[in-house]
Amino acid sequence: MVSSRKIEILVGIFVVLGLTAFIIMALNISNLSSLSSAKGYNVTAHFENIGGLRPRAKVTLSGVVVGRVTKISYDKESFRAIITMTLNSDIDYLPEDTQASIYTSGLLGEQYISLEPGAEDEVLKNGSSITLTQSAVVLEEVIGKLMVSFTTKD
Amino acid sequence: MSQSFITIRDLFFSRGKREIFSGISLDIPAGKVTAIMGPSGTGKTTLLRLIGGQLKPSQGTLSVEGLEIPKLNRKQLYQARRRMGMLFQSGALLTDLNVFENITFPIREHFDFPESMIRDIVLMKLELVGLRGARNLTPSELSGGMARRVALARAIALDPLLMMYDEPFTGLDPVTLGTIVSLIKKLNQSLGLTSVVVSHDIHETFSIADYVCILSEGKVAATGTPEELMNSNSAFVQQFVQGKPDGPMPFHYAANDYIQDIMKGAE
Amino acid sequence: MMLNWFQHIGAFTFDILANTGRASIFLLQVILGIKETLFRPQLLIRELYSVGVLSLLIIIFSAIFVGMVLSLLGYVTLVDFGAESSLGVLVSLSLIRELGPVLTALLFSGRAGSALTAEIGLMKATEQLASMEMMAVDPIRRIITPRFLAGCISLPLLTVIFMSLGIYAGYLVGSIWLGVDEGSFWSQMQSKVEFGHDVINGFIKSIVFGFVVTWIAVYQGYNAIPTSEGVSRATTNSVVYSALAVLALDFILTAVMFV
Repeated sequence: MVSSRKIEILVGIFVVLGLTAFIIMALNISNLSSLSSAKGYNVTAHFENIGGLRPRAKVTLSGVVVGRVTKISYDKESFRAIITMTLNSDIDYLPEDTQASIYTSGLLGEQYISLEPGAEDEVLKNGSSITLTQSAVVLEEVIGKLMVSFTTKD
Repeated sequence: MSQSFITIRDLFFSRGKREIFSGISLDIPAGKVTAIMGPSGTGKTTLLRLIGGQLKPSQGTLSVEGLEIPKLNRKQLYQARRRMGMLFQSGALLTDLNVFENITFPIREHFDFPESMIRDIVLMKLELVGLRGARNLTPSELSGGMARRVALARAIALDPLLMMYDEPFTGLDPVTLGTIVSLIKKLNQSLGLTSVVVSHDIHETFSIADYVCILSEGKVAATGTPEELMNSNSAFVQQFVQGKPDGPMPFHYAANDYIQDIMKGAE
Repeated sequence: MMLNWFQHIGAFTFDILANTGRASIFLLQVILGIKETLFRPQLLIRELYSVGVLSLLIIIFSAIFVGMVLSLLGYVTLVDFGAESSLGVLVSLSLIRELGPVLTALLFSGRAGSALTAEIGLMKATEQLASMEMMAVDPIRRIITPRFLAGCISLPLLTVIFMSLGIYAGYLVGSIWLGVDEGSFWSQMQSKVEFGHDVINGFIKSIVFGFVVTWIAVYQGYNAIPTSEGVSRATTNSVVYSALAVLALDFILTAVMFV
């Protein structure tokens, strides 16, 4: 029989290993930022077409992730998609005329929202709405337009 | 007759569809050795489990020291069990503890005694069963008889008022058998406890029992002192006491006609 | 004939219901003993040793090999699309969301669950549990609850160890053997694996599995028929039912969490 002191030590090692693994998972393997982003402020934006945008897609500012898309719904008054995104609370200096565009990372990659700051003095606050938006580029539409322009040229 | 320690009235119990007790009534006197006897399968061990509250009867009353065992709640039942000791047929020692720790087990579970006091109690109990020298052995190193004596020491560790022995005489060599028999008698006298012995060994049981109760087919078939039973003129008691193969107690398990059964195979 | 068949199904249904009821009452009794166990950490530590520490070796080995295989297979597929920089994402997401919790639970039920069932079943067969009852010690609180708690604590810990070791083994194979860029392996992984979503949900899976696997193991042991055949059947049942429960629950949890 193993002595009880040895058992205590081995159990201690086991628990420490488990906790270390958990911390590694939190810090090295995943991005903890998605947790802290819960403490941010919400901004809405209307889009003609959101393409393949999904909840939890990233919101970037010059490529830096500053928030996440939290909700996607359809506004029956304006007949447009309405996106709610949560921006990190330390990004509190975006002008009101900031433009939101839906881009695709790579040719077939996921879609995300890119913000481009405007020039107004007023800044976006919780509940503000972004008015300048640029819809997602839908591949079929682009190809369709190209086809039309090619055929009309002839 | 002295005052009764356990009182059983009109007790019914069945396991599945098989009725084991159909209305037994029994008094077990305080401070005496009472033997419960009967052919195999009459529910002698079941009776002990009913007394210990491990099984609940379907009807009837069963009281120990005036406490209605089947009606106790969990806490009261565990409180009542502290005053009961039970020796299991197999000994039922905890296999991951050695002899010494097996006997400390019930003490440590219930009391916060200092280590030196626990040691004293354990050594006293072990001395009583003659195994003080075997305290560091593990249960796998013990012979059947030694295991039963250790189990006996453990059962009396909490100084119970009632000791129940489940088949204490089976499967022992003659010498060990003799020591167990005398231990049961000695414990009963020196500790003043009430003993209930379940057995079907006539000779050993009659030598220590003050009262004997014979069960058969779910009923109490006979009660009395060993002498009374020896001289009983009931055919059943005579068959049982003298171990005759045939008599009122059938040798055959209930079956249809023998000749018919045999002939069926020939057809 | 038809009636007979219906009777059979009816009896079977009632059997299942009765068993579920008994297992739930048993679980309640086990949980009621938790407070008492927490006052006696010595009992819990002993069980954490036999349930958790003794399972560690098989978990470590399996994690390393599963991680390496995932990395190899993932690379072969991804390299066709020129997307081998996503190898880290593939390895880590498969381990965190699915393989980590499920494989650890299956291995755990084979290593620790079966041992628990056999141990408790044998204690029952040798009347040790009954003798404890007669010593006024509740065998559920003294024997079952510490084992149950130890199982519930051990499996989540084993699972996170499995996940991180598997990912690290996948990283070693990917970057050292297959030549995937180390930086893109980790950075892609970090940007795609979300702590709040992927890691936490994988962890919740392992908590659920630990609860269910240990419950099945201790229940099968406590309810075993007290013969050597009964104990061996209970041990088999414990592993089989655990595996089925883990796989079925995994489907439900995945559908709720990741779709």
